[in-house]
Amino acid sequence: MDDLSNTSGSSPGSVPSSAPLARIETNQQLTLSGTWTLAYFHAIKKQLSTHDAKHIERLSLEPVTQLDTAAAQLMIEWFGSERMQQQANHLPDQRRQLILSVIEALEVVAEAPETPARTGFQRLGDSLARLGQQVTALFTQQLYLLGFLGVVLAAFGRTFWRPGRWRLTATVAHIHQTGLNAVPIVVLLTFMVGAVVAFLGATVLTTFGATIYTVNLVVFSFLREFGVLLAAIMLAGRTASAFTAQLGAMKSNEEIDALRTQGLDPIELLVLPRVIALWVSLPLLAFIGTLSGMLGGAVVGAVSLDIPFAQFWQIVQRDISVRHLWVGLSKAPLFALVIAIIGCAEGFKVSGSAQSVGERTTSSVVQSIFMVILLDALAALYFMQMGW
Amino acid sequence: MSDTVIHIDNLENRFGTTVVHQGLNLSVMRGEILGVVGGSGTGKSVLLRSIVGLKPIDDGDIHVFGQRLAALDRRQRAAVERRFGVLFQQGALYSSLNLLENVALPLVEHTPLSRPEAEQIARMKLALVGLPAGAAEQMPAALSGGMIKRAALARALALDPDVLFLDEPTAGLDPISAARFDQLLLTLRDALGFSVFLVTHDLDTLYSVCDRVAVLARKQVLVADTLENVAATQDDWIQDYFHGPRGRAAYASMKENR
Ligand SMILES: Nc1ncnc2c1ncn2[C@@H]1O[C@H](COP(=O)(O)OP(=O)(O)OP(=O)(O)O)[C@@H](O)[C@H]1O
Ligand SMILES: [Mg+2]
Repeated sequence: MDDLSNTSGSSPGSVPSSAPLARIETNQQLTLSGTWTLAYFHAIKKQLSTHDAKHIERLSLEPVTQLDTAAAQLMIEWFGSERMQQQANHLPDQRRQLILSVIEALEVVAEAPETPARTGFQRLGDSLARLGQQVTALFTQQLYLLGFLGVVLAAFGRTFWRPGRWRLTATVAHIHQTGLNAVPIVVLLTFMVGAVVAFLGATVLTTFGATIYTVNLVVFSFLREFGVLLAAIMLAGRTASAFTAQLGAMKSNEEIDALRTQGLDPIELLVLPRVIALWVSLPLLAFIGTLSGMLGGAVVGAVSLDIPFAQFWQIVQRDISVRHLWVGLSKAPLFALVIAIIGCAEGFKVSGSAQSVGERTTSSVVQSIFMVILLDALAALYFMQMGW
Repeated sequence: MSDTVIHIDNLENRFGTTVVHQGLNLSVMRGEILGVVGGSGTGKSVLLRSIVGLKPIDDGDIHVFGQRLAALDRRQRAAVERRFGVLFQQGALYSSLNLLENVALPLVEHTPLSRPEAEQIARMKLALVGLPAGAAEQMPAALSGGMIKRAALARALALDPDVLFLDEPTAGLDPISAARFDQLLLTLRDALGFSVFLVTHDLDTLYSVCDRVAVLARKQVLVADTLENVAATQDDWIQDYFHGPRGRAAYASMKENR
């Protein structure tokens, strides 16, 4: 072992080290000494910059106690790789090899095409191009979702007639996770929103002496909109993200490819159980949410608006037809489909890295909440026009 | 100062009730390339992780550069860890950074270098491990397994470490690249004098670069000696390993090359 170079210099305190030095000797010979390592990077740069490489003919590297690749790089860039190569020939074997390897590496680096700086005009063009790319991406995304929906429905159609291929265990497990486990949070959320709506209604309606209509406000809004909407938003945040992360992790781990190569259909195995689970869960959660929201309103009514429970219940039975409940719940399967499809489709779009899983998860939550609200608004318009 | 950079004494490692190591002793000398072999699941990666401090050990002692690892405070420990370069079995490149940034990160964080200076060095390191110049701007997800290994080596070399830990560096490389990798390792080791803890299943690597070989089996290091002595050890596994068909072929080609 060459004991001159037996420790690198990035380890302060391990071996005696001294500052790098470059000194002119006679006959245009530059003698280098000291520790030429990464730890002294700036000192080395400074030492070299005090000399003009053009006037130096020979380098004497023998007094250098330690030399590492970073310092060799500086030396080569300063002295030029051809001349450095000649110098290296006089060196002991190991050091010559180091310098030659670095020279070789730097030649590869130099081959890289320089990317010319963009002018202001080009940059404007770049940002326009990016905008265009985003718009087309939005369009292709919708196409992709529709395509995915088609694939899922086809798989559903294929398996529907063959109960032997139903994935009951997986489906029930997903119903447990996405439905049952979400009950507490949905109940809590809708209860609080119900209370808030009641307070809001009371504040406005008292001025007309119509406090009692708070009941109608709360019950109407929950039957038709809030019950299903809040449950759907909750699931979009809670379940769409989970689906994307689960499938995305499988995708980046090549598990989905493994399924395919074994002749198994990932859509049938992984996506269908999730879609069906959500289809079952969301209407149930929406119903529970509706009840809980009405309860929130009723509690506020009883506690601070002088509307006892009995009266609340009586008004509900007298004034409000059950049709509104059906109008509300009819949206649930649609929302469930949208959330599940977006969650799974985004999971399948994951490519490679863990970062991609994160990006897709965010995108799936944003998209599914957006789609749920958009569809809800369209449905509200439709129902209003139909007079339902 | 002694010539042992790493000294492991009576090491024990457990996961729950599974004992991976028990009474394991091993030393790594300054400037040597120590090959660590053993069947799958014998705990080579776990041993590596214990030395670099990623897995707390259950019993025994590990001395690194003459200091007892368990006795170091956080700052001393960080100083020790900076002298390690680790190439993980799966590469473990930072997936949100491109290759250049991956290699430049330790330089920027641990040295007074500016980012352009660090990137300049990082480019050289990437080329040094045999990656084409265009690879610097690529993301790890876009690379093949062999390229990931190389980039990870470049990152491990970023700070010119004193000890390099390599977990199966040539697995997944084509034979030509693997041979070049071996050569590169020798060149760098000879030039920089670092020690190498090399976990490998590659017999060619073992024959062409290792100064000593440690055999891990039955929760211990059976032998740690020169290749000739290890191959001559009377143990069924070792005999199978070195004198099986692959072992003989690699041995023959080594003889030819010398
Ligand atoms: N985080 C962990 N939890 C539980 N057991 C573990 C863990 N990591 C490793 N093990 C166990 O420790 C043992 C040694 O694993 P290790 O990864 O070190 O094997 P190896 O020798 O590197 O094998 P290979 O050659 O396949 O990489 C194995 O039996 C493994 O199951
Ligand atoms: Mg391993």
